[in-house]
Amino acid sequence: MAEKGVKVFGMWASPMVIRVEWALRLKGVEYEYVDEDLANKSADLLRYNPVTKKVPVLVHDGKPIAESTIIVEYIDEAWKGGYPIMPADPYERARARFWARFAEEKCNAALYPIFTTTGEAQRKAVHEAQQCLKTLETALEGKKFFGGDAVGYLDIVVGWYAHWLPVVEEVIGASIVTDEELPLMKAWFDRFLAVDVVKAALPDRDRLVAANKARREQLLSA
Amino acid sequence: MAGGDDLKLLGMWASPYVLRVKLALSLKGLSYEYVEEDLRDKSELLVKSNPVHKKVPVLIHNGKPVSESLIILQYIDEAFAGTGPSLLPADPYERAVARFWAAYIDDKMLPALNQSAMGKTEEERAEGKKQSLVTVETLEGALRDCGKGKPFFGGDSAGYVDVVLGGLLGWVRASDELHGVKPFDPERTPLLAAWSERFGALEAVEPVMPDVSRLVEFGKMLKARLAAPPAAGASN
Repeated sequence: MAEKGVKVFGMWASPMVIRVEWALRLKGVEYEYVDEDLANKSADLLRYNPVTKKVPVLVHDGKPIAESTIIVEYIDEAWKGGYPIMPADPYERARARFWARFAEEKCNAALYPIFTTTGEAQRKAVHEAQQCLKTLETALEGKKFFGGDAVGYLDIVVGWYAHWLPVVEEVIGASIVTDEELPLMKAWFDRFLAVDVVKAALPDRDRLVAANKARREQLLSA
Repeated sequence: MAGGDDLKLLGMWASPYVLRVKLALSLKGLSYEYVEEDLRDKSELLVKSNPVHKKVPVLIHNGKPVSESLIILQYIDEAFAGTGPSLLPADPYERAVARFWAAYIDDKMLPALNQSAMGKTEEERAEGKKQSLVTVETLEGALRDCGKGKPFFGGDSAGYVDVVLGGLLGWVRASDELHGVKPFDPERTPLLAAWSERFGALEAVEPVMPDVSRLVEFGKMLKARLAAPPAAGASN
């Protein structure tokens, strides 16, 4: 009997997973969420994503898709009539994909060291990350969202910064996204977090702070 | 603007990423102006067109630049949807699967292959070789399961994943002479080995492939440069 419906395999604190949830919610698609213990992955997860064994995995009528950005594009195409996630114009689509890749490859790599360093090394890391985010910020110029007047693909891909970076700032006791350094991004954080579907899927902030505090202590003492 | 699409490709002859774009343009029957870049002395056009990374390939379509090979491939497929065969399948699920394998090739397989050849220490290269085997065998599995006995990843004709992998063919062929390694060993990965021959022989592919002996020379030069002791104050 064919499996029907939409399932998301995720982990409550994963920014990659939340992208999938935001995309599904924008489309008004109902889904079953399966929370994974990444230290003890379910047989289902391993069956659906044997290649990388990672979350998120979307299973649509029994067919699995992995890699969050790929899943988001799939959601846009599979539920074509709903909310438009990707821009319509091929050139704009290429731009959105370009910035998504930039954020994933460069900005995320620049952010990670902030979490694992202290003192002068951390100050340097913060500066590097800010430079990266400044480059990304140029894609916001003259717009309310990366997607224009409304949330789009790029907002979904980098939107996790809006919730996670303030958590990181609290945990490390330093600022990254400030009005002085990144005014457009800071304003976009507020706008993005005010969107209903975004708010509906955010992990609990206190829980995230606690988990990140613990992780940082673990990393620093290693 | 006068009719016709103006296409310019900024590239470098040995780059597998650039080759992917050439393959796509060739498969779709699109004509373009090719500009060979000296990566040690980048043109103003390149720096202006890709200010963030300053890398090739860059495809400039009617003056608008697109960067990153996978992004360029998808752009070509979408902007020239009516011209020649489609690179990506029409079905959303199949598209997602194709994108997954393209990402796998770039994020897992390529870095492993690079490390096995260019890793700085014996240990690094050994680890690279190990990972290369794992990733190449996984890809063999993909061709077997998703390909379902068809000649190409794209089915009966070459598609997106074929082009993504095809960009590496020059270096794959050069690898045996350069490193004594056959990435698509006919014994371990017979499907990939057969695919290489088949893809390489395609009418749209054969004329675009870089000269393997030239790649071997270039590879030897890169290796020598890596092995040479660093000069004081040397820059990239």
